[in-house]
Amino acid sequence: MHPKARDVLLSALDSGWADPARLHHEGRTARLLLDNARAVLAEGLGVRADELFLTTSGTAAIHTGLLAVTAARRRVGDVVVHSAVEHSAVLHAAAAAGTPTEVPVDARGRVDLDAFAHQVQQPGVAVAALQSANHEVATRQPIVEAAEFCAKAGVPLFVDGAASIAHDVVPAGWSALTASAHKWGGPAGVGLLAVRKGTRLAPAWPVDEREDGLSPGHPNVPAALAAAAALQARLSEADELNKQHRTWIDELRHRVAADIPDVEVVGDPDDRLPHVLTFSCLYVDGEALVTALDAAGFSISSGSACTASTLRPSHVLAAMGVLTHGNVRVSLGRTSTHDEVDRFATVLPGIVQRIRAEVGM
Amino acid sequence: MTLDCRGMLCPLPVIKLAQAIPDLAIGDTITVLADDPAAATDIPAWCRMRSQELVSAIDDRYVVRRLT
Repeated sequence: MHPKARDVLLSALDSGWADPARLHHEGRTARLLLDNARAVLAEGLGVRADELFLTTSGTAAIHTGLLAVTAARRRVGDVVVHSAVEHSAVLHAAAAAGTPTEVPVDARGRVDLDAFAHQVQQPGVAVAALQSANHEVATRQPIVEAAEFCAKAGVPLFVDGAASIAHDVVPAGWSALTASAHKWGGPAGVGLLAVRKGTRLAPAWPVDEREDGLSPGHPNVPAALAAAAALQARLSEADELNKQHRTWIDELRHRVAADIPDVEVVGDPDDRLPHVLTFSCLYVDGEALVTALDAAGFSISSGSACTASTLRPSHVLAAMGVLTHGNVRVSLGRTSTHDEVDRFATVLPGIVQRIRAEVGM
Repeated sequence: MTLDCRGMLCPLPVIKLAQAIPDLAIGDTITVLADDPAAATDIPAWCRMRSQELVSAIDDRYVVRRLT
């Protein structure tokens, strides 16, 4: 968590514990704090405060938002057009909301724009969902162009911005945008759903007076304040940090490709998020690699099947047609240092060589 | 030549394929049976990375031709 978010969270546990829907003194204080958090978060996202809803996670923002936008368009149809590499929360919500139609991606993970435009123009399309950038391989999606096709077809564009917010700029043109506070150093349990005025919503579940019925129940005011403090602090550091991350990931990308034989570095090398790198090592078991890197002091993610509870490889890597085993995803944070990047690039070739040798490769 | 990798998890089917390839004459094919879902992506990806030809991939049956 961002240190500024931690400070705010601790003090808000005392000042913002009450239910902001109550009229007593503590309730009104909590209400003021929540309004304040919403104003700061809205400014960070570039939206009006009355366009922003707070949910209990990024996943909840996607589930709630995609279902509500789809339900409001039921007279038009229930087709949800989405790229093949959306976050699983989008895939699950699309299946629950209506009839999903998947649009393929190229080998770098970028959506096929012609196919996307074609699907959006079909009759019966309620909404189109496209992430701002891919959460696993960092490739940016063509949001500007997708928004133009959607506007022409009169279809709302739903953008999952979780991977980008505070790390990268999300282009305008969307009807709904979601984000997750823990991605910028805020606490877990805070999601954002921004909905542009004029976009209709029909909550598809029992509603209460909270967040226009989009997030029922007593909100976590201290966590919302901490999320706002973290976003403000992270955005003020963004220029410097994001430039640094972009340079370090470039260096890591080149060193991994140069120093390890039979490795596939995936995602777009340039048109990408600044802080994420993903690659796959032939003949290497993903779980063995995660464990070995953990022992060397690196916490990394993997899209390999053996590291997933489902025993299926990442649907993102599969849709791109790139190697799914021996997969490593490196994400840099605000406290990452160049020394760590250098040490990672230095120890990795030996670890890969050792795991390969164990299976006779 | 047929390699039965059913029941094996990736990367094992790809490792077995890579180890079997040197025993093949250039131009010959090998059939790999693999039911791990990851094989559907990883066997074609291996062919692309190692410059070998994926002749066909139908259900759990992959036919690969040695080119180099």
